[in-house]
Amino acid sequence: MFSNCSRQLTSQFSNHLKRLQSTLIIAEHDNKGLNPITQNALTAAKKIGGEISVLVAGTKCGPAAEALAKANGLSKILIAESDAFNGFTAESLTPLIISTQKQFNYTHIIAGASAFGKALLPRVAAKLDVSPVSDVIGIKSPDTFVRSIYAGNAIQTMKANDPIKIISVRGTSFEADKLEGGSAKTETVPTDGCATDMTVFVGQQLSKSDRPELTSAKVVVSGGRGLKSGDNFKLLYDLADKLNAAVGASRAAVDAGFVPNDLQVGQTGKIVAPDLYIAVGISGAIQHLAGMKDSKTIVAINKDPEAPIFQVADYGLVADLFKAVPELTSKLS
Amino acid sequence: MARVLVGVKRVIDYAVKIRVKPDKTGVVTDGVKHSMNPFDEIAVEEAVRMKEKKLASEIIAVSCGPTQAQDVIRTALAMGVDKGIHVEVSGAEYETLQPIHVSKILAKLTEKEKADMIIVGKQAIDDDSNQTAQMTAAALDWPQATFASKIENGDKEITVTREVDGGLETIKCKLPAVISADLRLNEPRYATLPNIMKAKKKPITKMTPKDLGVDVSPRITVVSVEDPPVRQAGAILPDVDALVGKLKEGGHI
Repeated sequence: MFSNCSRQLTSQFSNHLKRLQSTLIIAEHDNKGLNPITQNALTAAKKIGGEISVLVAGTKCGPAAEALAKANGLSKILIAESDAFNGFTAESLTPLIISTQKQFNYTHIIAGASAFGKALLPRVAAKLDVSPVSDVIGIKSPDTFVRSIYAGNAIQTMKANDPIKIISVRGTSFEADKLEGGSAKTETVPTDGCATDMTVFVGQQLSKSDRPELTSAKVVVSGGRGLKSGDNFKLLYDLADKLNAAVGASRAAVDAGFVPNDLQVGQTGKIVAPDLYIAVGISGAIQHLAGMKDSKTIVAINKDPEAPIFQVADYGLVADLFKAVPELTSKLS
Repeated sequence: MARVLVGVKRVIDYAVKIRVKPDKTGVVTDGVKHSMNPFDEIAVEEAVRMKEKKLASEIIAVSCGPTQAQDVIRTALAMGVDKGIHVEVSGAEYETLQPIHVSKILAKLTEKEKADMIIVGKQAIDDDSNQTAQMTAAALDWPQATFASKIENGDKEITVTREVDGGLETIKCKLPAVISADLRLNEPRYATLPNIMKAKKKPITKMTPKDLGVDVSPRITVVSVEDPPVRQAGAILPDVDALVGKLKEGGHI
């Protein structure tokens, strides 16, 4: 009886409040810590306005929830801890998000446009019969979003007409929230019905590196086909170490097996926007430019003066990279 | 053996430098070279390889779009697909056709054709949405294996290696399932002339979203499509010393 009562109250309330925005952010973490793209998603959520809650789901939510508890402007942190979320599969997380949505009636559901967010949000959207909006680079109003199409060669402004807006946001287009000054309260949400045997997580083979993470690095040094071999990438690692830079690559370098796929910068790889991007032996195909042309300063080192990369580079050096890169590295010490 | 449905989209060729229309309503498509979305070629290739390994019994290629969408279905047929379905959507409806609509169409066709595997590209290179596979899986309540770079077929399940941010991950999905192909899944074959000729005899069924009971009314309004900001022309530097100087000037070192 009591629950009936409160349900009626809730529905009356929601009628009064329906013009207000309320956003649910799906936190991305690895059970050990928060993925920084969640901080960019938080900034995007603040642009929309209204109440903001964050959902932390995983086998171990403590570290991510602790980090988020420091953020200001959060009304609530929802915790869903269960073995069902091993591997963060979309199949296990979708029922959780749907039941959370049913309980709290958010107007917006947001996550970072990472591999995690891209796999998850469209599944959630389809279950809610909503058309999701991918990889948003700007928020003009609670229903009007800006995104890039055609590998970043056109900018589309669009109005989403569905009642719930489900958007993934491009990390590099929104500042990272500093996670300071807040003390949001946490609440546990039930995880019944989330366990599934549809998809089972088997394992990961993650690339290990001491260098900064590619998508959030201040400086990125990238190599392309011009490097000629995986061994020659050592030239770039040496340069990157001098600059405390992350190392990226073009698709040609990944396809040739010089470096693993998770270093790929471009339309179908990672989107980066560092302060300084140094493209070495990269011609500058449309698909590569899509991933780096929002960098503040672009330097290109290429022996072909006609290479399209020079059209976007602030500083170009027409030179043999095998001479120029070691020289640059030595002159930086 | 699986009956496999592949989704193929006709898009502006990946090598074309697109032009935004002066009235800012979209990009110029008339008279521009189009071809099959590169990720869909990979999806088709994977399906054909499954058939060659006797893991798939029949492959059906589906494309939603105007009359010209049949061109990419023919390409798929020439690569080894058995039959095509063209879901005709044109004019204003095609302008606002989104993954939500396509996923509903694919789900309906999957039921109709009794398919038990769907392979699509991970994203179309025009709208860059990266949504259709996930939404189709949700519509059917099937598992999803997104950004696949390796697929190993079992009897009742598939083991899929996925390209994720930090490297690779492996999952097992129960069949039936939806797969989205990443670039490194395979190297698509070229259709040979005899196969292109043979493809002309393969059947393409035509239907409309209405025939399938799918509502394609727009979920978005395009406010504008504009050119991205143009970067200011840079300078070609004479040597490494000049570059070091500029990096110092810019406060990078």
